[in-house]
Amino acid sequence: MTLEELIENFSYLDNWEDRYSYLIDLGNNLENLPEEYKTPEWKVQGCQSQVWLVPQFQDGKLHFLGDSDAILVRGLISIVLMIYNDKSPSEIKNIAIEDIFAKLGLEENLSPSRRNGLMSMVSKIKFYAEQSM
Amino acid sequence: MYNVYEIRKDFPVLSELVNNKPNVFLDSAASAQKPLSVINCMQEIYNHHYANVHRGIYHLSEDITASYEEAREIVKNFINAASSDEVIFTRNATESINLVAATWGRKFLRAGDEVLISQAEHHANLVPWQMLRDEIGISLKVFPIADDGSYLEEEYLKYLTPRTKLVAVTGMSNVLGTIFPLKKMAKQAHQNGALFLVDACQYIVHNKTDVQDIDCDFLAFSGHKTYGPTGIGVLYGKYKILDSMPPYQTGGDMVDTVTYEKTTFMPSPARFEAGTPAIVQAIGLGEALKYMKNLGMENIKAHEDELVSYAKSKWENVKGLTLVGTAPDKGGVFSFVVDGIHPSDLAFVLDKEGISVRTGHHCAAPLVHRMGYETVARASFGLYTTRGDIDALLPAIRKAQKMFL
Repeated sequence: MTLEELIENFSYLDNWEDRYSYLIDLGNNLENLPEEYKTPEWKVQGCQSQVWLVPQFQDGKLHFLGDSDAILVRGLISIVLMIYNDKSPSEIKNIAIEDIFAKLGLEENLSPSRRNGLMSMVSKIKFYAEQSM
Repeated sequence: MYNVYEIRKDFPVLSELVNNKPNVFLDSAASAQKPLSVINCMQEIYNHHYANVHRGIYHLSEDITASYEEAREIVKNFINAASSDEVIFTRNATESINLVAATWGRKFLRAGDEVLISQAEHHANLVPWQMLRDEIGISLKVFPIADDGSYLEEEYLKYLTPRTKLVAVTGMSNVLGTIFPLKKMAKQAHQNGALFLVDACQYIVHNKTDVQDIDCDFLAFSGHKTYGPTGIGVLYGKYKILDSMPPYQTGGDMVDTVTYEKTTFMPSPARFEAGTPAIVQAIGLGEALKYMKNLGMENIKAHEDELVSYAKSKWENVKGLTLVGTAPDKGGVFSFVVDGIHPSDLAFVLDKEGISVRTGHHCAAPLVHRMGYETVARASFGLYTTRGDIDALLPAIRKAQKMFL
């Protein structure tokens, strides 16, 4: 699925129940992070649920593996990864993820006050991109 | 008892919509809503009476100094301290406990001395003692609680040793709701030669608190949980002990004489209130305590006790719902988990249903781990909570179960 398809799919969902159900589906379809990565080293600071992020660098592009013990957060992670995966560091830097989440009707989940780890995950992705520039 | 629906009119936010749903506010243990009398009183001061305290001999300053000191008097009466000099205004309970650790602790504790806390402590009554341990070599002892969250007297007594110099315990757990028998524990601590400090953040909101009756040496609480503003808290200390303690921070308003060579300090409470204090917040706190006093602490307790038994009758023995902390002596704090649903996922759905609960480790991570969890959800009550609020939770949980399971 492309990001455009995802945005289109979300546009058909006009209440939060359906959006959350779709997020649960996305979460269920996210590939599990291998257990050996579920260590403090790859943990993202988040208060409400555990979140892990593992960066991989191939051919000038960044690829991330991510996971959480909360299913809605997994769904949100799968969107974040769809947005950022296999992009170059400078492409990552130029992505306005807030706009994309607003289009999906999920902007509240990116607020720093929500503390679901997603905002920290995005900061970390940007940090890794910065590091590899 | 009072009419809770009448009372709710004093808290405008409670009748507003949250996510287009009626506001079911079940997070008063984190911070309580404020009555109009508190909000209006603070606005009135900023509009018409504001100046610094303890400074000028001009009318506004004298006037607001009188209000600030009157707030101290209100606190004194609310907790039945022997003197208002035993009431120190701080930022919050966290600062109150840090103050004791930094001043009394550094002056009177030596390597090998023991500070005893319970397994049910908030980080605010744990980390300051850890820091002190690492700094001066005291040891920090933790006495266990039962699996249902109950206080275990035999464990407490076992951990009270001749080396125990301070017992620092919560009056009521912010995760489990367990109420500790403070008066008896204080007596046992004293018989053992230890001082007794109470983290009364939750306790004071739900129970009549009398520091002379408990006979505690220190007691800490936060204004924002007692329906007052943020940024103001209280440390109560017995005067003789406070008088033996060095200042916490230094600066303006707390000095007696200052020369370049030497400074002498004011007695308590000024000694511990360096700099311009949270003036309007202190007065707002006084107003909040007046509000509680007017309702009557016994009435507030009766109302909340009734809610606790109602919640138990509704939430105990529900398949898929596990209450965490079921001590017989329990106040209006219910932590829970729903089988198969991460508390964070649950909170997403409850939020959409207009229900505010807290999820996470509740700043008591070792306690939540001891109960066998990584995170839990928590519903907590205040004086304005209704049976309707309690009734709203289960259907929302059912809805989450439909979505997630």
